[in-house]
Amino acid sequence: MDAQVATSTHTVPRMTAGVGAKVVARDCNVFYGEKHAIKMLNVDIPDRSVTSFIGPSGCGKSTFLRCINRMNDTIPICRVTGTINIDNRDIYDPSLDVVQLRARVGMVFQKPNPFPKSIYDNVAYGPRIHGLAQSKAEMDEIVMTSLEKAGLLKEVKDRLLESGTGLSGGQQQRLCIARAIAVSPEVILMDEPCSALDPIATAKIEELIDELRSNYCIIIVTHSMQQAARVSQRTAFFHLGTLVEEGETSQIFTNPQDKRTQDYITGRFG
Amino acid sequence: MSGIYFGTIALLMIAGFVAVRGRAHALASTGAVGSRLSMHSLPMYHGLLAATLVLLPMLIVYLFGSTIVTRWSEAQALSKLPSEVATNELARGAALRDVYNILTGKFQGEPSAVLKAAAEALRNSSSLGGWLVYGLGVALAGAGLLFSFIRVNGEFRARNMFERIVKVILLLCATVAVLTTIGIVFSVLYETMRFFFDPALKGRPTVSDFLFGTEWNPQAALRADQGDIKTAFGFIPLLTGTLLITFIAICVAGPLGLLSAIYLAEYASPAFRAWAKPILEILAGIPTVVLGFFAALTVAPLIRGWGESFGLDIASESALAAGLVMGMMIIPFISSLSDDVINAVPQSMRDGSYALGATKSETIKQVILPAALGGIVSAFMLAISRAIGETMIVVMAAGLAANLTFNPLDAVTTITVQIKTILVGDQEFDSAKTLAAFALGLVLFFFTLILNVIALIIVRRNREQYD
Repeated sequence: MDAQVATSTHTVPRMTAGVGAKVVARDCNVFYGEKHAIKMLNVDIPDRSVTSFIGPSGCGKSTFLRCINRMNDTIPICRVTGTINIDNRDIYDPSLDVVQLRARVGMVFQKPNPFPKSIYDNVAYGPRIHGLAQSKAEMDEIVMTSLEKAGLLKEVKDRLLESGTGLSGGQQQRLCIARAIAVSPEVILMDEPCSALDPIATAKIEELIDELRSNYCIIIVTHSMQQAARVSQRTAFFHLGTLVEEGETSQIFTNPQDKRTQDYITGRFG
Repeated sequence: MSGIYFGTIALLMIAGFVAVRGRAHALASTGAVGSRLSMHSLPMYHGLLAATLVLLPMLIVYLFGSTIVTRWSEAQALSKLPSEVATNELARGAALRDVYNILTGKFQGEPSAVLKAAAEALRNSSSLGGWLVYGLGVALAGAGLLFSFIRVNGEFRARNMFERIVKVILLLCATVAVLTTIGIVFSVLYETMRFFFDPALKGRPTVSDFLFGTEWNPQAALRADQGDIKTAFGFIPLLTGTLLITFIAICVAGPLGLLSAIYLAEYASPAFRAWAKPILEILAGIPTVVLGFFAALTVAPLIRGWGESFGLDIASESALAAGLVMGMMIIPFISSLSDDVINAVPQSMRDGSYALGATKSETIKQVILPAALGGIVSAFMLAISRAIGETMIVVMAAGLAANLTFNPLDAVTTITVQIKTILVGDQEFDSAKTLAAFALGLVLFFFTLILNVIALIIVRRNREQYD
């Protein structure tokens, strides 16, 4: 362990109880080539609740989010050490198949990225590649339920065969959420899902996140502290690649323990 | 004369630019018109306008002036010669050639007194005309310079004027390209009309003979004792030959090009891609004549030898050999363009697919290729157009025999090869044989035009869906 890592261990926050946690990271480091992007990160993320990651740009919150479904694997120079467990199973264990991991850990991106296919095919894409439906009727069922859960069914049920790229930005993002839900994940990662949307579309997505909370473990990266306060039960504050503070959202926003957290949420830097 | 003229243009442009910009600069910085910001246009634009006002009038005067002077001075020279020379086209050409030879010192022997006088007249008048043109050009340029120099003030919109002139120049360049295309089409169209409808033409076919005839033999009987040569202008064997070779070429280049594009874009390491892609593109730069050698001397004998070992009788010039090598030729078109469009599919599409647990091959097959389909189709269409228009490989490897066959082991011929064969050497453009080339050219033009239109439609439809 080099000196830099050793010093950063001082900033590890007090652990929350590991019991009942869905995602558990221990001594997690991420390197982009020479750059040490995440330093000795320890966090427990509970199931059936919303956890938000906040922090200034470049603090590593998106990087850590992308570690949870191993999306960083697509970047050749990226290296991850330490452990990240989901349901007590190390997701970086070589025997674990990344395809199965990503079927369990869905992701919604900053910019809506529907495939240039029909609305139906967008949602059916995941179930098809994982063979989740035995018949056309079953597939219809999956697509309808997913669109319903994503709050999009009412708006699109008459044009399921039209292109998904023809929807409005907010609808596209809900289509992407429906697409993620369709493979029945346990964890849903959201990387600034509302940053490309207008306030009304944002409100709809936030409402949706709140509804989905009862069934999924949701982790959301956001630049909007109001959004973090509105939708999440727990909040983690990242700064310069370290997790500075993590706790109940109300506690982080009203009574932060760390000076840096206080400075950030009161707008003194970031 | 031209040297002096263009030297003057350059000098005046530089001088005008420097002087006018300098004046604008001085005006701006002395504050004669208030602060610097109160000048509408930057000094640079005043200078550029001055240079343009020199260049344009001088170029226009030169273009028109030199033509007029040549005509006029030749007329002066001819007036010294006997009047029958001026009226007879052949004699006039010969006399003018002599006159020019005298002036350049290349005349063999001693010229007659009349010719000498004509040469003298030509020299005098072209010298006079040249100086007149020069004077006019310089005068107009001076006027332009004076105009831009006087108009250097706060209000004069030199930038707008300069940009308007630039816009007109750009428009002219675009017009030249468009007019050239139209000109080519009309010249081919005109000769084709002659081929089909000129009553003076012997042996011309009807349009339906041409389009639906199954026999191609453009040779006409030159003498009476060759009377048994049967001339036929049936275009079908050429069409089938063209389609057969193009089909073989696409069968080779389609899979190879597309699959190598997928490998380069999705699987290859950046280092491999960095040297493999340029090498593939070099393949497109090999002259088709060289590929023709390769087809005729390497591939064709290889195929023939291979056929013999199976007991097949393959012509030493076969459609297969030409098609295979033509396929090699168009691989880079398909692979390079497809690679570009696959790379242009946004990374967010791939991320979205991977995040759902799709593997790389699932992502390529179900997301990337459908998204890139428009571009890939247009790459194929471009490659097909190239293959249809290709001549040299087929000349060398596929032969000239106009066989109506779909057997790739036979010798066939294509539209382009026949055009080339008909027009090679000195030809008179008043026989059905030579004019047939224009009809073939027109058909070929329509073929590639239709292909391009189809490609455009597919690309446009796909793009609409994508945005």
